[in-house]
Amino acid sequence: MGKYLVMIYDDESAWAAADPSAAELNHKRHQAFAEANGSALRGGARLAESNTATSIRSDGNGGFLVTDGTFAETKEVIGGYYVIEAADLDEALTIAKQVPSPMGGVEVRPIIGM
Amino acid sequence: MNTISTGAVARAVQEAHESEWAFVLAATARVAADLDLAEDCVQDAYAKALVHWQEQGIPRRPGAWLTTVATRRALELRRRAAVSERKLPLLMPDPMDDAEVAAGVFPDDRLRLVFTCCHPALAQEAQIALTLRLVCGLSSAEIAKAFLVKETAMQARITRAKHKISQTGIAYRIPRLTDLPERIDVVLDVVHLVYTAGHTAADGDGLTRPDLARRGLDLARMVRLLLPDSGEATALLALLLLTQSRQSARVDGAGQLVLMEDQDRTVWDRSLIAEGLELVHEALARPAGRFGLMAAIAAVHAEAERWEDTDWAEILGLYDLLLARWPSPVVALNRVVALSYVEGPEAGLVALQPLADNPALSTYPYLASTRAELLRRTGRDAEARAAYEEALAFTSNAVEAAYLARKIQ
Repeated sequence: MGKYLVMIYDDESAWAAADPSAAELNHKRHQAFAEANGSALRGGARLAESNTATSIRSDGNGGFLVTDGTFAETKEVIGGYYVIEAADLDEALTIAKQVPSPMGGVEVRPIIGM
Repeated sequence: MNTISTGAVARAVQEAHESEWAFVLAATARVAADLDLAEDCVQDAYAKALVHWQEQGIPRRPGAWLTTVATRRALELRRRAAVSERKLPLLMPDPMDDAEVAAGVFPDDRLRLVFTCCHPALAQEAQIALTLRLVCGLSSAEIAKAFLVKETAMQARITRAKHKISQTGIAYRIPRLTDLPERIDVVLDVVHLVYTAGHTAADGDGLTRPDLARRGLDLARMVRLLLPDSGEATALLALLLLTQSRQSARVDGAGQLVLMEDQDRTVWDRSLIAEGLELVHEALARPAGRFGLMAAIAAVHAEAERWEDTDWAEILGLYDLLLARWPSPVVALNRVVALSYVEGPEAGLVALQPLADNPALSTYPYLASTRAELLRRTGRDAEARAAYEEALAFTSNAVEAAYLARKIQ
């Protein structure tokens, strides 16, 4: 068994342009996903919009550079995540395929040493 | 027992390397629970074979001898690692235990190995490199040479792929039934690419590429044996056999390219054709997939005694089906050629027009050379020459370039 982080990447501008009913439907789908995969779920949350992000980079001399915005400038940003437990990658991918992400997709990464 | 010559032993080890490598490594990987450890143990077993077979004679079942030696060493190293509390990354949850290894009866794990090397979470070039390394037993240097990459780059590619397998928990097992068709397609794509990389010959080095084609054929035979219920696996082997049957007719005595139209069909390999045709009929008893349709097209060519006898209407029908299932610009281009033999070169030129605007084909030499052929057949020689020149500018294959240069003169 291993733990995997499933990061949900979404295009925020697509959400902003969408009808409010789309967000409502998405919320219901996440509830359904959580119910169907409860035994594998170890955590998860929705994140506030990416304009609330603050990035901190080490300046290499013991100091920090704090900037407004996400770490990488991309169209799709992380909008939420799940931590799941699975026997192997195939099982993790099967679960990750069920994660609702209508405005983007998900990335699956193993969590080391848990 | 010192009557065996060193040469005979070396030959036996070499033979066992070619025919048994995948079986030995697949079984050892299950015991070792780690691909690197398994590879080391198998290489060690082959090295030991050179010495032991000289002293004790060549075993009756070389594969079983090698597997026993490699798995014993893997078990021993794993135990030692456990004692020193060094953690080895676990490849899968069900390694064989000591009793099974001691009994010397090993299950055929080659499918596990193939599906692990061709896992869709790996990039396609990594799938190909891993398959050649772990299933075929080629060295990084050999694979690098075949794909015209630096050895260090190929080594890094293989290391990265193995790292991803162990870190992400890609399981050493046969996929579940629901995933199987999709996963088989990935495997067949890899085998097909290995063969075609070898088939489109001549980058100046005449040796490494035919070897790649042979490896592709070997892989196709193995996959068909391991997946007897897959119509597509059967079809892929048929396609490769039928393609290979024309190999010696593709180049003439002077090393010049000969198109199928002008090939001496008496030198086509009849035994490969017979085997290929039988497999095509077997594969087409089920609904045809991509390789089934491609094999069927190859079969129509193989069955024509002369170029003039080719059943182009049948081929065009098959390309229509293939294009619906696999809408690639290259398939569309081949369909145009078939169409030009059914409805004439003018109709071919009309059908070619929309393809000329496809960016995926903009530097594809066969697009320009197809247009050149069609123009030549309609008697527009000046335009044909210009199109041949365009094709020549895009080709990097010396034999093909020489062919085009002859056409321009």
